[in-house]
Amino acid sequence: MKASLQWLKEWVSFDLDGQALAETLTMAGLEVDEVVDLAAGLEGIVVAEIQSADQHPDADRLRVCQVLGDAEPRSIVCGAPNAAAGLKAPLATLGTTMPNGMKIKPAKLRGVASEGMLCSASELGLGEGGEASAGLMSLPADAPIGQTLVDYLNLNDVVLDIDLTPNRADCLSIQGIAQEISALTGGAFTPPDPSNVSATIDRRVDVSVTANADCPRYMARVIEGIDVAAKTPLWMRERLRRHGIRPLSPVVDVTNYVLLELGQPMHAFDLEKIHGGIVVRRANPDESIVLLDGHQIDLDEQCLVIADHQQPLALAGIMGGLESAVGDLTTNIVLESAWFAPEVMAGRGRRFGLSTESSHRFERGVDPDLQAQAMERATELVLMIAGGKPGPITEVSDPAHLPQNAAIDLSVEAVNRLLGTALSADEIHQALAGLGMAVEASGDQFKVTAPNRRRDIALPVDLIEEVARVVGYDALPSHPPAGELNLTAPAETAVGDQRLRTQLAARGFQEVMAWSFIGTEVKNPDGSPLEGLVLANPLSQEQALMRPSLLPGLLDVVSRNARYGHQTQRLFEMGHCFEENGESAKLALVLTGLRAPEHFDSPDHAVDFFDLKGEIEHLLASNQVGPVAFSAGSAHSWMHPAQSATVLVDQQLVGYVGRLHPQVAERYDLKKSVIVAELEVEAMATRQLPSHQAISKFPASRRDLALLVKEEVEAGALLDEVRKVAGKSLEDCILFDLYQGEGIEKGFKSLGIGLIIRENSRTLTDEDVDAVSEVVVSHLAQAFDARLRG
Amino acid sequence: MDAKALQALLETALSAVDTATDLASLESVRVAYLGKKGQLTAHLKSLGGLDPDARRALGASINQVKTQLVEALNTKEQAFRAAALAEALEHDRVDVTLPGRSAPVGGQHPVSRTLDRIIDLFTRLGFQTATGPEIETDYYNFEALNFPAHHPARAMHDTFYLPDGRLLRTHTSPVQIRVLENQAPPVRIIAPGRVFRADSDQTHTPQFHQVEGLVVDRGITFADLKGLLSEFVNAFFEQDLEIRLRPSYFPFTEPSAEVDVRWHDQAGNPSGWLEVLGCGMVHPNVLKHCQVDPEIYSGYAFGLGVERFAMLRYQVNDLRLFYDNDLRFLAQFR
Repeated sequence: MKASLQWLKEWVSFDLDGQALAETLTMAGLEVDEVVDLAAGLEGIVVAEIQSADQHPDADRLRVCQVLGDAEPRSIVCGAPNAAAGLKAPLATLGTTMPNGMKIKPAKLRGVASEGMLCSASELGLGEGGEASAGLMSLPADAPIGQTLVDYLNLNDVVLDIDLTPNRADCLSIQGIAQEISALTGGAFTPPDPSNVSATIDRRVDVSVTANADCPRYMARVIEGIDVAAKTPLWMRERLRRHGIRPLSPVVDVTNYVLLELGQPMHAFDLEKIHGGIVVRRANPDESIVLLDGHQIDLDEQCLVIADHQQPLALAGIMGGLESAVGDLTTNIVLESAWFAPEVMAGRGRRFGLSTESSHRFERGVDPDLQAQAMERATELVLMIAGGKPGPITEVSDPAHLPQNAAIDLSVEAVNRLLGTALSADEIHQALAGLGMAVEASGDQFKVTAPNRRRDIALPVDLIEEVARVVGYDALPSHPPAGELNLTAPAETAVGDQRLRTQLAARGFQEVMAWSFIGTEVKNPDGSPLEGLVLANPLSQEQALMRPSLLPGLLDVVSRNARYGHQTQRLFEMGHCFEENGESAKLALVLTGLRAPEHFDSPDHAVDFFDLKGEIEHLLASNQVGPVAFSAGSAHSWMHPAQSATVLVDQQLVGYVGRLHPQVAERYDLKKSVIVAELEVEAMATRQLPSHQAISKFPASRRDLALLVKEEVEAGALLDEVRKVAGKSLEDCILFDLYQGEGIEKGFKSLGIGLIIRENSRTLTDEDVDAVSEVVVSHLAQAFDARLRG
Repeated sequence: MDAKALQALLETALSAVDTATDLASLESVRVAYLGKKGQLTAHLKSLGGLDPDARRALGASINQVKTQLVEALNTKEQAFRAAALAEALEHDRVDVTLPGRSAPVGGQHPVSRTLDRIIDLFTRLGFQTATGPEIETDYYNFEALNFPAHHPARAMHDTFYLPDGRLLRTHTSPVQIRVLENQAPPVRIIAPGRVFRADSDQTHTPQFHQVEGLVVDRGITFADLKGLLSEFVNAFFEQDLEIRLRPSYFPFTEPSAEVDVRWHDQAGNPSGWLEVLGCGMVHPNVLKHCQVDPEIYSGYAFGLGVERFAMLRYQVNDLRLFYDNDLRFLAQFR
């Protein structure tokens, strides 16, 4: 809501400049975004008249104008198409600095001297687009030549742009803001005398309301014989412009002016386009209407319409219809001033992509006592500007459906208990009374009735907030944190995201945060779309699918950074992923490029599967998560089929790790091998509580075996078998060597396995170690056809 | 053998020690004098043929010579060993200015780093951490928070919807409801997490992070809220910043407030107020929704924008940098 300081001062007496008023309003919850000084930058602009306009000798589009208005007659070269003798327009005199910073100096345009600049409205910041920039700003013929434009347009004004919260519908007007200023500053509220127009004709329009709850008050008045040649006066046009409304025609301008002044949205119909009479009703499903903006919309029972006896005339409270609109030749009109219930207005405008000044107010709640005042005011203004003969007001109302604020019980104790204050009954009384509330006091108890324009006051807490606002939040006390100290420690076994992040960062992984949505164009390698939840209203198709996996987003990040020249990347991301029936936090890791930073004394190894597998093993082991197993096979369709594995913790599938399928890598424009993994965070959420086991006093023995097995035998299976059969003296077994090549039969491989053996109660003898080793070898021979290498 | 000859022998031997060039030649000196067939050994052996007095006198002299010689040999040997060690060590010399065999360096995203700091600060005041889903129902995101259906306050939220009517939570406030439904007062929680609004421009990203706070207990006042936020802001930024609360509107709090921080430019001059969070006293309707009696309990709630705090803390001037994930940006937060 924009509000002109000049206009406000007609309604309330206060002694603040624009900045100070902005501060006061902001601190009372009416946040002022901007304070615009209308005269700023217009000091050197005067009203000028073009005496003659002659073709420039060397430029088709330029004219050389002789102009009056400055201290002496000036010759000015002008390119505006409407520059013609007799036109009055603003002149930027020599020395003026334009709003855009340009300084007006004597110049030569194509060889002809020019001593000033004739201006368009947009060049002066007095309008945008269309007419405002198409040519010179045309001033009325009676504008006094030589007067400053600031004086002529009365621009010594400041406009506040107030970002109102939705509860403060009462401040969507000059009247409402003025009442608020009065409450905050104590300045007298000085509304103009209410208008009261006597009917001079009997003509009425018949009104019936079938949707009483939706429209508990409807007022209509006929005005006959308005002057089609009338023009909206400059002062009204200026006020509308300052408040962001484009002046159009007298009747429309008047309804908009009343909307700004009082907060009552109004509408005007062409009386002769109404068949029979006005009916306020819900629309039928087969109806449609062409609105003022030229769009046709299909209606249904959700829509409240103003209809005549044949068809809908307007979408109630949102926008009028084109057919019944007041046109250039309309002489007989019907003014409408109604109260529509917020419930029937809410969301309707949005549904049709319409947000109008009118719907904005009705949705938030218009003062239900305002309709008659607005009707009289609008009638007065129409008569003043365009003449005509007014008829009597026709009113259809259903008081049962009009909101009426009830008295609210409030105690001094309740106020102080919630605010932590020690306010007196008097202070509270004054604060509320100042806001126009009816306060009945009885000791420390009040019965408070808020004015009907305050649609946001229903409960004692609403009143407490009003008291706090008037007292000022800054004046309220502040207590340092206090309370019972409750030691509620997190479980020691909870791993927590923070711990995982810290560990990964310490392992050299950089955390990234990609979007939770990915593009619907992202496809699996076989061309099938990713399954998942698609937003009904995405910002774009690139951000429409709720990510079922962190992988696509992470690969985008890798791809983008690779383009910036980062050949080696170690990244991780933790975040929610989504499926039809739920969401879960995942952790994704990616490695590409070199295993370790380049070093003069170390060979450069490209990362491979085992680097990331090792990181996962490390992460899980660091958090006592296990037992962990990796299983070959179709881990994920985005993975290289022969270099990927599923990850199992405690035999539960928790994720996958593998090399990115080369085709997928190519799609992300990644030339180097990329290793990725994705795990459920839940799988790492808990670690075991340590429980001490006595340390053996006896030394361990190690026995190394070199075993020859067929190439396809999985090392993991072989090690599992060793652990299973070696007996409880086996402390650990490690695979320390893998060899194929010279000396090994084709199709076979040699595995070096170290058995670490220890007893808790005695020192092992060679025979003990031999025994374990023999058991292992014989079982492996049986299970895998393994034989000891000679 | 007389004393003079013995002295001559000693001098010859000491000179041989002196001229020994390495451990091997030193060893041959030792053998030549003190070995089984060494000269001095031979003299000692010859003592047996002398009468006791002469034997005692000569024996003492020979032993004295021997002691001197052994000492000289040992000193020389130690010198050789020290020199050999020094040489060996020198041989090991490396250019310590050559680069180390470093491990890759990682780091946390600035938003998660900021989240960690915020969580840590509130944890110190006894706040528990609660979480909730990012896909929410209308009930938790709006209705239970006192947003009536179609209320214009909903329009402030630019909500992303799924076709089935579920939505992406527009704030972390639904966690208030989820906690209050399951936990009787006293409640003192924060709820960090990701939220979504259908808005994207220079100062808005369609996803961002919030930390919600909720305290419900007997006798909680607006003054407690003011005090807590002031302490938190000062602790987070590690400086005494002026804050101000001004009235605002959220359907789930009453009274409601926006909190501004008086920021300072690089030179330390106040540069205006910056909005950093929204807060208020929990609306009685919200408490009632969760079966908490507003006559007995009161509470406050607040919601702060994590990115906003990160931007102020680390002088990041463009919100969108957080989601570009440019490694040159991320590497600055180690």
